Amino acid sequence: MLRYVTTRIAYAIAVILGVSVLVFLLVRLGGDPTSLFLPPESTAEEIARFRSRMGFDRPLIVQYLDFLSRAVQGDFGRSLRHQEPAMPLVLDRLPATLQLAGAALLLAVFLAVPTAIYAATRRDSIFDRASLLVTVVGQSFPTFWLGIMLILIFSEHLEWLPPSGRGSWAHLVMPAITLAAYSTALISRLLRASMLEVLQADYIRTARGKGLGERIVVLRHALRNAAIPAITVIGLQVGALLGGAVITEEIFAYPGMGRLAIQAIANRDFAVVQAFVVFMAVIVVSINLCVDIAYSVLDPRIRLK
Amino acid sequence: MNLLDRILRSRLAAFGLVVLAVVVTTALLAPFIAPHDPAAQDILSRLLPPMARSEIGLHVLGTDALGRDLLSRLMVGARVSLLVGIAAVSVAALLGVSIGLIAGYEDRRFGRLLMGLADVQLAVPFLVLILAVIAVLGPSLLNLIVVLGAAHWVQYARVVRAETLALREREFVQAAQALGAHTLRILLRHLLPNLTSSIIVISSLLVARMILYEASLSFLGLGVPARIPTWGGMIADGRSYMGNAWWVAAIPGLAIFMTVVAINLVGDRLRDLLDPKLRHAEK
Repeated sequence: MLRYVTTRIAYAIAVILGVSVLVFLLVRLGGDPTSLFLPPESTAEEIARFRSRMGFDRPLIVQYLDFLSRAVQGDFGRSLRHQEPAMPLVLDRLPATLQLAGAALLLAVFLAVPTAIYAATRRDSIFDRASLLVTVVGQSFPTFWLGIMLILIFSEHLEWLPPSGRGSWAHLVMPAITLAAYSTALISRLLRASMLEVLQADYIRTARGKGLGERIVVLRHALRNAAIPAITVIGLQVGALLGGAVITEEIFAYPGMGRLAIQAIANRDFAVVQAFVVFMAVIVVSINLCVDIAYSVLDPRIRLK
Repeated sequence: MNLLDRILRSRLAAFGLVVLAVVVTTALLAPFIAPHDPAAQDILSRLLPPMARSEIGLHVLGTDALGRDLLSRLMVGARVSLLVGIAAVSVAALLGVSIGLIAGYEDRRFGRLLMGLADVQLAVPFLVLILAVIAVLGPSLLNLIVVLGAAHWVQYARVVRAETLALREREFVQAAQALGAHTLRILLRHLLPNLTSSIIVISSLLVARMILYEASLSFLGLGVPARIPTWGGMIADGRSYMGNAWWVAAIPGLAIFMTVVAINLVGDRLRDLLDPKLRHAEK
């Protein structure tokens, strides 16, 4: 067990190192990164001075090691626009995004899990077919359009909910629904499929044969095993929700990390972009690590492989 | 029974196929069947509702803020959506299948390295990475296709590698090896044909996702340059006029939605028919 955990942690660190290389190379994709950081009207002398100040004239590997040693200390340079260190800027926005992604995840799980269980136990019923159709539909909406239509209906026409910003719970309703739509559909489809598979297993027949009530068979025996693949997907969805928050936050002018990142990209403020990408990768990798370890606790076969 | 008949036996998939046929035909014929010039502006007839008339004639879906005919723009926009969807998936498939084949057949260390790279890519907030890359390279149709394609090789590589690892041990491959067949020949003539159904299934569902990504990126102004009409760009244009002209943003969204639903319905059916193993193996 300990060996399994240490290998997984080492692997997670390697993945984050990989992300750091990616982020480092990102600003050098177009060749000399100087042009990304300086205004276009800069003189040749200014450019040369900036190059040597930032160390862009050194060998690439030296630049990377320097970038890495700063990054490990949380130093991603200063935001050109805000004139502040980049990482604290990103972290300032973290609570807002966590609140949004958390609300969306709760919504998705509370909608998807009962739907999937009910649909799986009544296979091919009207409810089952309808829920399947709804999940296909839910995975086909452009997220940003759903958000815009919600604003049109509930803010412009009915005037029930505020169209943008953050503050009260009312500000959270539409962004959370928008963000949750895709994940709800995905979780519901997956859980339904794995429930159907589990319900055909021999031990379910045994449980029924013993005369256990259908409720106990479904909730105690079937759900517990069907939940394992669903939990992995829910874990993966946390990363997807944090990433999807980028667009949702932009539509609802919600002051989270994603909106900060989009603005940083529009302003070519790459220190902030780099800090954001690395921070998100650390979150996603940590969640995957936790899911892996939780999994190996639930199912010993995995760590023996 | 051929595949088309079997797809059509599901009513939903048949519906999807019909919608898709309409969209593809419209996209192909757009320059000939569009009722008006999609770029022609007429500031006097701006934001006309559907079925309204202007000096140049009937506007079936109304006009946008610059007085451009929405139906014509929608038709031309279909070309971009489909082009980006199909081209980006081709790039992804080419990259992912090659990498998956090599990783599965050749070398275990190389395979593990590549799968590590896949994990790196999956750990990164995908949309932000694409946005950042396009911000560095500059927005253009080609950059969009290459970046979207390059960001999706993982889906193919994982499945192809896993199946190649299993196929490698089968007798027909070992027979080919014993006969002295060249590695490239084994990969292309013996392994690839056994992978086609998985590749088709992944591709069909990925096209739908690519169309959604293209729309999102164009909506954010970092996809296709603004002078080319796109569905995502049209929604972004219409967003400012939602209070008094909801249709400008609503109609292109419906077009995206219908197209993506259609592709997903056909893709799901294909998955059920071609690959029972993949049915539960979603992301």
